[in-house]
Amino acid sequence: MISSKAGTDKLKNKLRSPSKQNLRQKFKSKKDEHLLPKFKNKKPASNQNTFKSQKVHDEHLLPKSASNKNTFESQKHRLSHGKKLDLKKKGNVVKHATKPIARSEILLPEEVGFLEAGKGESTADITQVEIKSSVDITSATKQFDLSLQFGPYAINYLRNGRKMLIGGRMGHVAAFDWVTKELTCEMNVMESVHDVAWLHNETLFAVAQKNWTYIYDNQGIEVHCIKKLNNVLKMEYLPYHFLLATTNDSGTLSWLDVSIGKMVQRTHTHLGRLDVLCQNPSNAVLCCGHSKGTVSMWTPNFVSPVIKMLCHRQPVRSVAIDQTGRYMATSSVDSTLKVWDLRTYNCLQSYKLASGASNLTFSQRGLLAVSLGNIVEVYKGICTETVREPYIKHFVGNSISGLKFCPYEDVLGVGHARGMCSMLVPGAGEPNFDALEANPFQTKSQRTEAEVKSLLEKIQPELITLDPFELGEVNRQAVLEKWEEKTKYMFVKPPKVDLKPRKNAKTVNKFRIKQRLQQERQKKHSMVASEIKQNLVQNTIAPRKPESKPSVLDRFKTKTTKK
Amino acid sequence: MKVKVLVRNPDDYLRETKRDIHKLPRNYDPALHPLEAPREYTRAMNAVKLERVFALPFIGSLDGHRDGLTCLGKHPDHLSWLYSGACDGELKLWDVAKRKIVYTVQAHDGFIRAMAFSQETSSLYTVGDDKLIKQWKAQELDGSDLKAPINTIVTRSMLTGISHHRSKPVMATCGEACNLWEHSRAQPIKTFQWGVDSLQSIKFNQVEENVIAACGSDRSIILYDMRESAPLRKVVLKMRSNSLCWNPMEAFVFTVANEDYNLYTFDMRNFASPINVHKDHVSAVIDVDYSPTGKEFVSASYDKTIRIYNSRQAHSRDIYHTSRMQRLTCAAWSLDDRFVYSGSDEMNIRIWKARAAEKLGVVKPREKTALRVNAKLVEKFAHHPAIKRIHRHRHVPSHVYNSRNELRNSRIAARRKEFNVRTHTKRQLPIIPEKAKVIVSEQQ
Repeated sequence: MISSKAGTDKLKNKLRSPSKQNLRQKFKSKKDEHLLPKFKNKKPASNQNTFKSQKVHDEHLLPKSASNKNTFESQKHRLSHGKKLDLKKKGNVVKHATKPIARSEILLPEEVGFLEAGKGESTADITQVEIKSSVDITSATKQFDLSLQFGPYAINYLRNGRKMLIGGRMGHVAAFDWVTKELTCEMNVMESVHDVAWLHNETLFAVAQKNWTYIYDNQGIEVHCIKKLNNVLKMEYLPYHFLLATTNDSGTLSWLDVSIGKMVQRTHTHLGRLDVLCQNPSNAVLCCGHSKGTVSMWTPNFVSPVIKMLCHRQPVRSVAIDQTGRYMATSSVDSTLKVWDLRTYNCLQSYKLASGASNLTFSQRGLLAVSLGNIVEVYKGICTETVREPYIKHFVGNSISGLKFCPYEDVLGVGHARGMCSMLVPGAGEPNFDALEANPFQTKSQRTEAEVKSLLEKIQPELITLDPFELGEVNRQAVLEKWEEKTKYMFVKPPKVDLKPRKNAKTVNKFRIKQRLQQERQKKHSMVASEIKQNLVQNTIAPRKPESKPSVLDRFKTKTTKK
Repeated sequence: MKVKVLVRNPDDYLRETKRDIHKLPRNYDPALHPLEAPREYTRAMNAVKLERVFALPFIGSLDGHRDGLTCLGKHPDHLSWLYSGACDGELKLWDVAKRKIVYTVQAHDGFIRAMAFSQETSSLYTVGDDKLIKQWKAQELDGSDLKAPINTIVTRSMLTGISHHRSKPVMATCGEACNLWEHSRAQPIKTFQWGVDSLQSIKFNQVEENVIAACGSDRSIILYDMRESAPLRKVVLKMRSNSLCWNPMEAFVFTVANEDYNLYTFDMRNFASPINVHKDHVSAVIDVDYSPTGKEFVSASYDKTIRIYNSRQAHSRDIYHTSRMQRLTCAAWSLDDRFVYSGSDEMNIRIWKARAAEKLGVVKPREKTALRVNAKLVEKFAHHPAIKRIHRHRHVPSHVYNSRNELRNSRIAARRKEFNVRTHTKRQLPIIPEKAKVIVSEQQ
């Protein structure tokens, strides 16, 4: 059923040992040793993340002189004693900040779910019914089936895991609280629905209908009809940028800013019909799969894809990226499933499945859900090690069209041709939420406050880059250019410009034209001038002679040597 | 088979009554907080914009003098008392909190040149053009102390400045020479003379208590030690200094306001070059005063603006100006580090905030934390071009803007000329660092 590459074993070892080392470093002191076994289950990913960000902060704090030793030789920047102390203090603060944060993990109230099979059994054999019967009532209600007849269903969970949106191909759209089964709104839009997506909170959602995209209120009232987003196949909402990203029948990717209603970018990909779309949550980059087996990544700042990689030999059926933005899982028509590292773009794992996986999705804790026709399989730890069998298996009975994990809950929502099904997957959801990011227990006043705060902190689309920490680093190229410009113009007079204006040129334009010409002339002149200047500087400016103490033998020195 | 599915008890996450605050559990796992850098950058951008929005430094003006101001005096014990002396010899005591005159007294016949406080005897000394030193009681706010001077000393020479020793009952006046006086004596106990020229301003060091510094009209700065019989050292600059002020926190540092549009911070132990040159003014700097923290100082200039500098930075942090404020004569930084006073030719004393975007009044703890976080964010991202541009942006009066551009061009031209001279002469010209260029000579 599954096979893996031999070469991945080495990688597996590499991935395992540093994390354990980090854990040991964290809990070096005797006081904390008793805590060590408790945290074994915790994802090593979090340690690596904290240390990675720490590293970047340090780079940002480094004085420029320390890193640019070769280029700034002529003018040595010497930091004053006070500034050096400040930097040292900052570095210490960063180092010591990771300790209390690591220790505060003890205060987290909830613990991860788990499923352990008895001896000789495997967790894959355990059915949903068995799980449901062994779990408390509230959790048991989270496993339910909805039998609806309006076509294959697409699912979308709200960011805090509270509400759910389902959209059937025949036009049925419903938003409801899936725990209490309380219906927010339900309607039939009388057109084909391809995808549904929640916007920033439960008050607005977008539906990709036959021709255009519509935005509805939580009461089901149509608020907007966006004709620019036509023939949409897949939608993704970028929460921190307030951007609704959509893919088109004709291969156009669009980003719409839903807070101000401005179309930020529309790029024609020229790569055919885009029906595979995925978002990288850590850097808000969109990932598309194509029929040539390639996967391309897009940002609204470039017309061409920032990354294009050949993943499979057959058309790509589905792409999924995990929460931390480090791993990408792709599946294609030829029943292969590959796991890629998004830093090095290497293939970490390669598996062969029973059939082509039509949907892939990652949970918050790194579990991967795969839909193979009628069956849903959930794999645990697929990115870091080679797995031989699924963690949980479920036979749905109808062809699966939508697959999404509910955030902060151990639940997987499956949309299929005859409705939807919610299944329990212990260990899928993040047990401890951060109330300032997404709060499942949000009251109305908290919701309005959060809306305002998130609007104030809305990130501009220009800042979407592949490396999200790029902003914290020094732009060495720009600094070098500035330095060169400065030295060029310093001591050389630029030539004057004699301007003969056109007949009807206005005075403002005259001035601007003159300025522009002057600048161009300066640039041309400076190339030659800098060379001359460098030669002059080397030849004429002599180094300072060290002061010699007067000695008795001075009177024997001749006039020339004395000078 | 062992199963555990995540289940949360709503009682743990919802508040019990309406009067409680909402529960906010936190998880600092970076996986839950993606896009850290752009989010912080956006917050820093908002912070710097808000800082500019709330930058309203002018608080009010104290109106009442009938002639231009010459000096301001801050009482060391009482924050809201401000003494001001005018060109017609009037001495006024202001209650700054109520912005009212408490008392007015005709102190001298001519200008009141300077004033100094003595903490020990709790009295105020003023010095005027009528060659008198007058001692006033400064204990009650109702101004009853100012009705008559306690003591008057008649001197034989003109007086331009006065300063009092921090602990001993000694004060120093400057005029034709530096004289040391004791309270009861009618004659100076010591006279320091160096050359024939007169001194403009004199200040006692508040930390190293026996050291005095004075600015002379022969472009010099002279250091005296009270216990010695002769002046210590003299450094001659290129242009005359108008005023000086000792750093109240660092014993050996003082700043001098010079006619060549700059301020120079000297270390008294080493006069070979100043520690810092503070540029940015476009006309002669008239007065300088340090903040009680010693980290910043305010300078008043002939170009109708006051600028606030960080002690060790060459360019000003802030500039305050009004179209109604004409030539400035004196500046003072209040002793609670929050306000700056400026006295000008048009008979007004203006009160400004030391930090333009600061919120006066009661600041609740959450608000305070938020403001501090914003300030730190701005500091963290201060080098990013977009944020730097907004942070530096100040509206400046047009005469200052034009003069600034002119000065910049002339400085570049001077540098270019020097470079050309150096490259085209045969003999080797000595290379003097930019800072040390202002010093002409040093004498002992």
